[in-house]
Amino acid sequence: MDELIFFVNRGLIGGLVIGSIYALGAVGVTLIFGILRFAHFAHGDVMTAAAFATLVLVGLLSGLGIDVGLPLAIVLLPVVFVLTALFTIGLDRAFYKPLRARGARPVVLVMASIGVTLMLQGLIRIVFGTGNYDLLGGERKVIYRIPTGFRDIVLSQPQALLIILTALSVICLHLFLTRSRLGKAMRAVSDNPDLARVTGISLDTVVNATWVIGGGLAAIAGVMLALDVNLQPDLAYNILLPIFAATILGGIGQPYGAVAGGYVVGFSETLAVFNWSVLLRPFAGVLPFDLPANLSVVPNEYRLAVPFVILIIVLIYRPTGIFKGRVF
Amino acid sequence: MAGLSADSRHHEQRGFGRDVALFSALFALILLVAFVQGSPYALRMTVEAFAYALIAIGLNIQWGYAGLFNVGIMGLILAGSFASLFVSFPVNAAFWASDAAPQLGMAFLWLILAVVIVGLISQSWRVGVPKGLSTALTIISGAIAFMVIQSVFDAPTTAVERQAGWIGGLGLHPLVGWAAAGLVAGLISWVIGKICLGLRADYLAIATLGIAQIIKTFLRNADWLTRGTLTVSPLPWPVPTPLDVGFLWGRSYYLALSAALLLVVYLLIQRAYHAPWGRMMRAIRDNEAAAASMGKNVNGRRLEIFVLGGALMGIGGALLVHFNQLFDPAGFVDLNHTFLVWVMVILGGAGNNRGAIFGAVFVYIVWVMSEPAATALFRLASDLGRDWFDWVPPADLQSRALQMRVFVIGLTITLVLRFAPHGVLPERIARG
Repeated sequence: MDELIFFVNRGLIGGLVIGSIYALGAVGVTLIFGILRFAHFAHGDVMTAAAFATLVLVGLLSGLGIDVGLPLAIVLLPVVFVLTALFTIGLDRAFYKPLRARGARPVVLVMASIGVTLMLQGLIRIVFGTGNYDLLGGERKVIYRIPTGFRDIVLSQPQALLIILTALSVICLHLFLTRSRLGKAMRAVSDNPDLARVTGISLDTVVNATWVIGGGLAAIAGVMLALDVNLQPDLAYNILLPIFAATILGGIGQPYGAVAGGYVVGFSETLAVFNWSVLLRPFAGVLPFDLPANLSVVPNEYRLAVPFVILIIVLIYRPTGIFKGRVF
Repeated sequence: MAGLSADSRHHEQRGFGRDVALFSALFALILLVAFVQGSPYALRMTVEAFAYALIAIGLNIQWGYAGLFNVGIMGLILAGSFASLFVSFPVNAAFWASDAAPQLGMAFLWLILAVVIVGLISQSWRVGVPKGLSTALTIISGAIAFMVIQSVFDAPTTAVERQAGWIGGLGLHPLVGWAAAGLVAGLISWVIGKICLGLRADYLAIATLGIAQIIKTFLRNADWLTRGTLTVSPLPWPVPTPLDVGFLWGRSYYLALSAALLLVVYLLIQRAYHAPWGRMMRAIRDNEAAAASMGKNVNGRRLEIFVLGGALMGIGGALLVHFNQLFDPAGFVDLNHTFLVWVMVILGGAGNNRGAIFGAVFVYIVWVMSEPAATALFRLASDLGRDWFDWVPPADLQSRALQMRVFVIGLTITLVLRFAPHGVLPERIARG
């Protein structure tokens, strides 16, 4: 039984946590992909930037002695959400909108977003160096232990909050996209921009809403990721590939697909590097072969290969993704 | 070019004057560097710039001719230079004498067998197996094959590491190595292109970004193959090395060789550009649907050019790494080996090979010079800050100063895209 709990702790909770991060990132990427028609490569660094903004705010406010039982970084999340949303709208105005206005091909926008990525990376490293930071300001993480009669199920506070926040965000997003006028307009633009414009939908409003949602969710993902692991300048650049894999797996322009894709990629990654011999150890006596010490599908160094392989399989066999997104 | 009209000839001539002016300025810049920093330094810089120029031509034909978006240049450079290293590095006798060699050979036979089996299963839909079942079987058999291969390779590779360190090279001539570099990089491009080229352009970008990271991870961790973090040096030169003939002559020989290679590649590519093949490529780039309706095999032609560009990147990478004589997989980063090349091509002028060469050499000189410049700038700023505001500069100021270059590369990309989308030497549409 201990082994099973170990599997829950490592495999399931690990997959759920990283899957939530990917899901939050992928929803933004898929909306931008669907409405603005380009792969936003700067999404990972928007996440990192949001986490560093939180770091600065925590540093400024930590002297005030606010105590609500939650880490300051989480209390500040709504502020960072708004700031990041404004920041991404600013990025759009400065770098993407002029190109769109000129009628540049989508691939030129992809390149511009790579330029933006490099600028953000450079700026963050100039200001903060390349070291590690702790968003909790030196406080210890609160750890929840759920007794099971065997080993405890262990879940840290940021992890629990991340899972709850992701669920909340997905519900809010669903209500927004299906109930509100703006949400319906966004879906209309995603489906057919020309037709949407003819029916009098303001493209600017839709674009801004896209950046607010995309940037805001990226902010949540970035801060929660930084709370879960350490905050460092290349925090989120490395999770760009899994996020794209999740987006394409879910189908471009499909927010629910992106959520599903995020969890599929997150779980596959975690389960692929999980050492399965731990689970088989109780049966060591009855197995016909000797149990190797490490029986994982992929060694931990090759973690990144898992989303890549998923991406390749999707591109070969089902380029529209699970939820039938667009390919053009 | 029989039907060249007077108008376009005039256009060509005017463009020609601009080329001459820009390249003269570039030559003067190199002379200036030679004057300030000394000839060996300038020679080194020029050789590296020429290697980058080859890579930039590779990207230019992918992006400028065919509109293919490749951000995995680093992976192709790395794979190419490793292939060249493997072919040309002296033989490691300890490996071939050890019993790890036949074991490794067996493991490779297993690998070939696994690839053949999975390949056959993936084609099973041709003989009547339902498409969905065939797909599922392929994925499952692929996963099983991967795990089997992993365990089959485990013992031989540890044996190699224990008994001989690593497998060493084949000891062939470096020029054979460069050819191998082109071959391997081309092969990798073929696989990526085969998967992604029929889909939208963004997918190619995402896939190439991923493959570059995976090639790097593999070569970094496969100690038996590349010595991993221990790095390999010295790589052989196809010309006499500085150890034999001195810095100046050794580097001059290498420069002459790379200049000759660059010239040959340029002339061939230029000829292809003006040939019907090049015209077809541009037709596909500018209006895919029209080209397809004229019966052109759009994806086939794209695959051709993607492989050709990839091969050039591999060869350029081999040139670069052989010159520095050190192979360290960790030393390859997206910034230096992917995005720098992009800046070269879009600044120089996508679609124009002279633009790519100019962009490569010019940007590389600026890049090399920017390192001391950024450090000096930051030191000055921190000195002023300390004197005027009692500001304590952080200890890692040097490394932060170098991050300035990341920012500048990004800024250059966005500014060029917005304000000079055609670069300094724009593509000249050949009529005729």
